[in-house]
Amino acid sequence: MRSHPVWLSRHNLALSAAAILSACLVAACSSSGSSSSSTGTTNTSSPTNTKPITIGASLSLTGDFSADGQAFERGYKLWASDVNSSGGLLGRQVQLKILNDNSSPTQAQTNYQTLFSSDKVNLAFGPFSSLLTTPSASVAARYGYALVEGAGGAPTVFNSPANQSAHNIFDVSLPIEDELIPFVNWVASLPPGQRPKTAAYPMADDPFADPPVQLAQQKLQALGVKTVYSKIFPAENASYKPAADQVANTGAQAVLLGSTDVPTVSAFMQAFEQQHYNPKMFICAAGPDQGASFTSAVGKGNATGMMVPNGWYPGYANPASQKMVNEYVAKYGGSPSDVNADVAEAYSVGQVMAQAVTATKGTDNPKIITYLHSGVTISTVQGPVRFDNFGKNSSAAAFTFQWQQQGTAFKQVLPVSAAGSVSIINPKPNWTS
Amino acid sequence: MARQIYQAIVDGILVGGVYALMAVGLTLIFGVLDIINIAQGVLVILGAYLSYTLSVRIHLDLFLGLLITVPAMFVIGVVIQWAFIRRLRGRERTSMTLLVTYAVALIIEGILYEIYGPNPKQLNASYVQSSVHVFGFYLSYIYLYGFALALVLVAAIYALLYRTGFGRSVRATMQDHTAARLIGIDVNRVAALTFGVGVAVTAAGGMMFGATNSFNPNSGYDLISRLLAIVILGGLGSIGGALVASVFMLTLESLVTIWSPEWAIVVFYAALVVVLVIRPTGFFGRQRRLGVRR
Repeated sequence: MRSHPVWLSRHNLALSAAAILSACLVAACSSSGSSSSSTGTTNTSSPTNTKPITIGASLSLTGDFSADGQAFERGYKLWASDVNSSGGLLGRQVQLKILNDNSSPTQAQTNYQTLFSSDKVNLAFGPFSSLLTTPSASVAARYGYALVEGAGGAPTVFNSPANQSAHNIFDVSLPIEDELIPFVNWVASLPPGQRPKTAAYPMADDPFADPPVQLAQQKLQALGVKTVYSKIFPAENASYKPAADQVANTGAQAVLLGSTDVPTVSAFMQAFEQQHYNPKMFICAAGPDQGASFTSAVGKGNATGMMVPNGWYPGYANPASQKMVNEYVAKYGGSPSDVNADVAEAYSVGQVMAQAVTATKGTDNPKIITYLHSGVTISTVQGPVRFDNFGKNSSAAAFTFQWQQQGTAFKQVLPVSAAGSVSIINPKPNWTS
Repeated sequence: MARQIYQAIVDGILVGGVYALMAVGLTLIFGVLDIINIAQGVLVILGAYLSYTLSVRIHLDLFLGLLITVPAMFVIGVVIQWAFIRRLRGRERTSMTLLVTYAVALIIEGILYEIYGPNPKQLNASYVQSSVHVFGFYLSYIYLYGFALALVLVAAIYALLYRTGFGRSVRATMQDHTAARLIGIDVNRVAALTFGVGVAVTAAGGMMFGATNSFNPNSGYDLISRLLAIVILGGLGSIGGALVASVFMLTLESLVTIWSPEWAIVVFYAALVVVLVIRPTGFFGRQRRLGVRR
């Protein structure tokens, strides 16, 4: 029997190990939630005797991509509501089944497995982001489904082995690799004295964020714009300040930020302002395109002059787009500038699928795949869609948009010669906080 | 290069202050209750949302708002302890608390999504964006204030633990639950109040996080693994250790960011492993007496 207290260093070690393990557990759990929610959108106002067409989708309703995921959900629902109120597809109502993937690629795969094998949905819409689309498409390929999607435009999506074999991915939006080309062309068009002499390229480690920035870097370097910073940082970074301060220290005249979301852009903007650094040109791969989500986080004044590439904006002079924007504002409030580009991408997915179903007179996925690869051009709220052999939208036009008028108007500015483009604000105004 | 290194050190120290504010509550709760509070990250975000609400609804200054959010978070902490943690007993208690606090995190996250939606928010005030020029560096006011707040809060918790009767009860409970109970300390009351204090302190961390980052209800999950690494490195249960470890880890990460931001996060956790191999109790952790909770 011991007469002295027992000191348990091993006890502490075990607790430390448990704590580390729990850290790993949480890291895993944070990206692999399995909660799901079904959101059927049966239109009971126009009863029909035929069975509804079920469309399955996995969306990031929680997690890192939740702002985009929920905007996508609104876009899908808005489309389904419009279709159902005009009699459905082939006289059948459309019913959406949306499962939450918690922004996890693994969960997205599981969700599509469930949708195809258990729920036996008729058709499939894509998830949000290239990161989740690639694994989801491989499940769709295995079950013979066409995966029509609006937010998986990275080269890794089209070049995935599953798609190279099954050709089942159809991205209705602008392929992201070339999306900064209008910006590069505009820089090239400037008199040499007005071009930026230096540029910084901070990039999030994400298949969506890096390719367009890397391509732009290559082309700007060829134009003589010196690279003073080009580094990739983890996409889930809890502290962007050190990296942002490093960029500020370079004093680069142009910043091309490979961002995936608003928080990344917001963190860089805040750090730049704190460092009294205001680049003449600031363009981000994503973030400023998210309407009110962006301006409410960074402040309308600071939003002025911020640019983002995309294929659509709320002011797009297309009757179908205007109708959708008006419906959205009527349903969810706000102003047209507040409408997230994700909504249009999701709505376009529905429009493409609707035309394929109508043209093939059914929901037979192999027929739909063949039809979508036939070279047909389909009209959507984002403009014409025509798929190449690997499902890229070869008709998509790249534009650059900019927040103007004290952050109250989101305007198309590039290409300069494109219909609808207004004068670009150059250089970017100073921070206003 | 020298300027970059100095800048990285300054950034690391200032950002470390913010992390200390978020980690102090976690280590305090662990020290007294032997609980690894997985909900800490989400509680930070809850604190940020409370500050956001006061700032937007009644235009209350972020620091003045702490006079409301800190007591509110104290009550929330006491309620969580009373409702979910109090009943856990026996040998499986530590592992069960992982699951229970994770469930608490999910509940809070769900409520925040319901109320505020998924769009990111950020706290704003005149001093959030502005900075002062010192020795060739711009030091942002919000980080300077945050670092000062971290020092004040750590000092306040020390005063609470070493200058009050409640503090004596807490320290006795930290050393040996059974002995504390035998000498008449109401261990359950101490546990509830300590959990409340730990969560209350997190309100300050939440405000600072919200002022320096955009956040949405999910943002807490990116934080918790870092906060756990910090409190382990500082020594589980050590308040000062959390501050020192925060500054150490964030400075190290900031320095590595100069060369490779991708590797910075790896070095952050690698440093933890290296320190634990050399010193298993962390910087300021003490070996603990055997005490089985009942």
